[in-house]
Amino acid sequence: MTAVLACTGLARTFGALRAVDGVDLALPAGARHALIGPNGAGKSTLFQLLTGGLRPSAGRVCLDGRDVTRMSDARRARLGVGQTFQHSSLFLSMTAADNVALAAERTGGRPWSPVPRRNPALARRVDQLLGDVDLLGRRGVPVSSLSHGECRQLEVAVALATAPRVLLLDEPAAGLSPAETARLAALIQRLPADITLLFVEHDLDLVFRLATRVTVLHLGKVLLSGTPDEVRDSAEVQEAYLGTGRRADLFLPPDPVADPAPDPAAARDPATGPA
Amino acid sequence: MPAWIDVHFISLLNGLAIGSLLFILAVGLSLIFGMMDVLNLAHGVLFLGGAYAAWGIAGESPSWPRFVAALVVAAVAGALAGTGLSLLVERLARRSHLDQALLTLGLTLIAADGLSIAFGDDVHAINPPPGLDASTLILGKAYPVYRLALIGLGAVLAAAVHLVVERTSIGALIRATVADRHMVASVGVDERRIKLWVFAVGAALATTAGVLGAPIYGARPGLDGTVLILALVVVVIGGLGSVRGALIGALVIGEIESLGRAVLSDLASFVLFGALALVLVVRPRGLFGAPTGARS
Amino acid sequence: MTTPARRRLAAVATLAVLAVLAAVPLVLGSYASTTLARILAFALLASSLDLLVGITGLPSLGHAAYAGAGAYAAGWVAIHATRSAPLTLVAAVAAGALVAVVAGSVAVRARGVFFLMLTLAIGEIVEQLAQSWHSVTGGSDGLYSIPATELAGISLGDVRGFTWFVLGVFVAAMAVLHRLVASPLGATLRGIRDNEARMRALGYRTYHYKLAAFVIAGAFAGLAGGLLAAQQRLVTPADLGFATSGPVLLAVIIGGEATPWGPCLGAAIVVVLRDVLGPSLGGHGSLVLGAVFVAVVFLLPGGLARIRNRLHAGGTHR
Repeated sequence: MTAVLACTGLARTFGALRAVDGVDLALPAGARHALIGPNGAGKSTLFQLLTGGLRPSAGRVCLDGRDVTRMSDARRARLGVGQTFQHSSLFLSMTAADNVALAAERTGGRPWSPVPRRNPALARRVDQLLGDVDLLGRRGVPVSSLSHGECRQLEVAVALATAPRVLLLDEPAAGLSPAETARLAALIQRLPADITLLFVEHDLDLVFRLATRVTVLHLGKVLLSGTPDEVRDSAEVQEAYLGTGRRADLFLPPDPVADPAPDPAAARDPATGPA
Repeated sequence: MPAWIDVHFISLLNGLAIGSLLFILAVGLSLIFGMMDVLNLAHGVLFLGGAYAAWGIAGESPSWPRFVAALVVAAVAGALAGTGLSLLVERLARRSHLDQALLTLGLTLIAADGLSIAFGDDVHAINPPPGLDASTLILGKAYPVYRLALIGLGAVLAAAVHLVVERTSIGALIRATVADRHMVASVGVDERRIKLWVFAVGAALATTAGVLGAPIYGARPGLDGTVLILALVVVVIGGLGSVRGALIGALVIGEIESLGRAVLSDLASFVLFGALALVLVVRPRGLFGAPTGARS
Repeated sequence: MTTPARRRLAAVATLAVLAVLAAVPLVLGSYASTTLARILAFALLASSLDLLVGITGLPSLGHAAYAGAGAYAAGWVAIHATRSAPLTLVAAVAAGALVAVVAGSVAVRARGVFFLMLTLAIGEIVEQLAQSWHSVTGGSDGLYSIPATELAGISLGDVRGFTWFVLGVFVAAMAVLHRLVASPLGATLRGIRDNEARMRALGYRTYHYKLAAFVIAGAFAGLAGGLLAAQQRLVTPADLGFATSGPVLLAVIIGGEATPWGPCLGAAIVVVLRDVLGPSLGGHGSLVLGAVFVAVVFLLPGGLARIRNRLHAGGTHR
């Protein structure tokens, strides 16, 4: 079965730096795939290579088996690739509804039309999308007045407005409070099953909650690609993140009298403390 | 020697002379933009100011002392104007670069009209200083010595600027700021002083170019616009923030303006536009521009 | 105030202003009428530039080139072919659009200050072209003795008739322009202005839209140029160059970009300062204009029209 989005041998160098060094990735339809890795691993670069924001130095990117490596970001978007940006990328002079409408117009309207017209079908779709991200009550608010969390939600609505088949999310939870993150997670879980999802995230909690497959990137290469559990248990991954594979090196030897034995689950996942 | 070159040798030399002048004018513009993202639209009127200084101080038939005096006055006045510009532009530091460029535009209007008030609307011609006002024979053709001197000066200045930028620590600072000014700022270098200096020196070069160019271009209203455009095309083609680019660009444009007009006459404007278009399509950041060149 | 009530008020206000303008040739002398015609043509030019600057976010400093192309085309047609108004103006629009297509295909590849530089250079090159192309443009002398325009056989040589004609064309053109800005195309262009990367990520071919905006703006500029040629009965290369491009950008900024009537207000200020008050200022209207501009840039980001919005906080952004 052809992967919806795949890359083979993808590489990108900046001068002497190999930001992405021969990455293979294959996303089947309906995937919930997370891309993680320590800072400097090459996640952002890989993300941009997939969306078309950057040209690769080597390798190929394929959409439904079709080679899109030479295609621009706009062309790939027209073929069904949607994305959100790490730093909220919205139309600041417009309201929330207008933001979504502008996106929806590309597929559901006539964005080139020089004649003003009413489009009730488009308006209904905008409201539906806003409702899906819990922003219907804020439809007339200028984006500049929205909170950071609301902007991140709006980002997703805007990206979904063109009905993409593949959605790439770049750190969707960046800068969100735990409550906002939970709301975002619920939103992502509500996404239609036929959308193929790839998201870059630092919040490992979110990753393990949403993803069915995880790829770990380190120094531009794929360190491990597997299920969340496999990644969680991998000594290599821990070494990459924490600098060591031996748990014993991470913690002071416990004082059996003063400190009770630490919860093994807590020691495994550094992102969460003891439950 | 091929007949073609023989016939057009004079134009070829003129192109080098104009190119030298354009280099002196454009290098300041290029560095100001490359380092600060400020498009100094007042650069043309600075040149005109220098030209008027030459006429006002040195007169139509200047003696050496007067010509040198004009050069010094122009350089100092240019440096002061550059400092003033830098301070005014700094006030808009938090606004967009477009607003800063528009500010220089407004100041240009004021300055151009001011020069018109001070010096009148007539066209003034200035002769080269004594010793350089003769012609010499090159390949059997008479050629003004002054223009040869200009070519020589241009070469010397290009070498000097190259040395400063490539070999001194100040030059390293300039190159670093062009490449990544935020990095330079975070390393602790005082950005504002650099901006001030670059603006002052760039403006001084522009006014000096005006004096040096006076025996060729004279001084007249409207010259600022003509010269500004040429400088802009040089900077676009050569690349922002690149000294080498300013030199190559200046020579190319100088030759198009000179040789191009001699061979193609009216079509030379098309060649200029064509060269501009070609560079922008093939290599948007200019021949030697930094990769981050064409910023918004 | 509710939106329908607001709209009615705006419509009434617009009609009132139009009535006043139409009365000018009847009430005030021919100098006032001629100036009004100049202001209207310049206002149309400024509004066309605002389509680029305020709506699409492309700051052009060479916009006069397309007006000039239109002026030369209209003048040439009037001298050599026909004086009939629709035809001369159609030629003007076509010329403006044509030059804009050629220039725009190169210029819109750039952004921001870089785009500014490019348009400035292109504008000046077009001016130089007009100066050199003697056979068609008359070189530095320009096209002179352009005959008076005719509309449906009636000569518009008299000041009154001509002023009303210009007013009519202005109103029609502004109506089309305003509708365009309110259309989906206008929204797309504003999206490109606000965040081009986002538009591309949504699949918009932003280059094509920017080029379209450039050509439409060029077409309207050509129309304005055609009106100017008919009014002045003379076209010179200076009409194409920075001497005109600078002030028209100033007009947009001073009046307020991306506002419905800001550019027109700015145009009126520029024409009055330069042409009307200029002589009494010792011919130094440019200096005053420059000073006004510097003041506006420092004190009023957003131009004069934005003052109204700031006073009534919560005015709709465009």
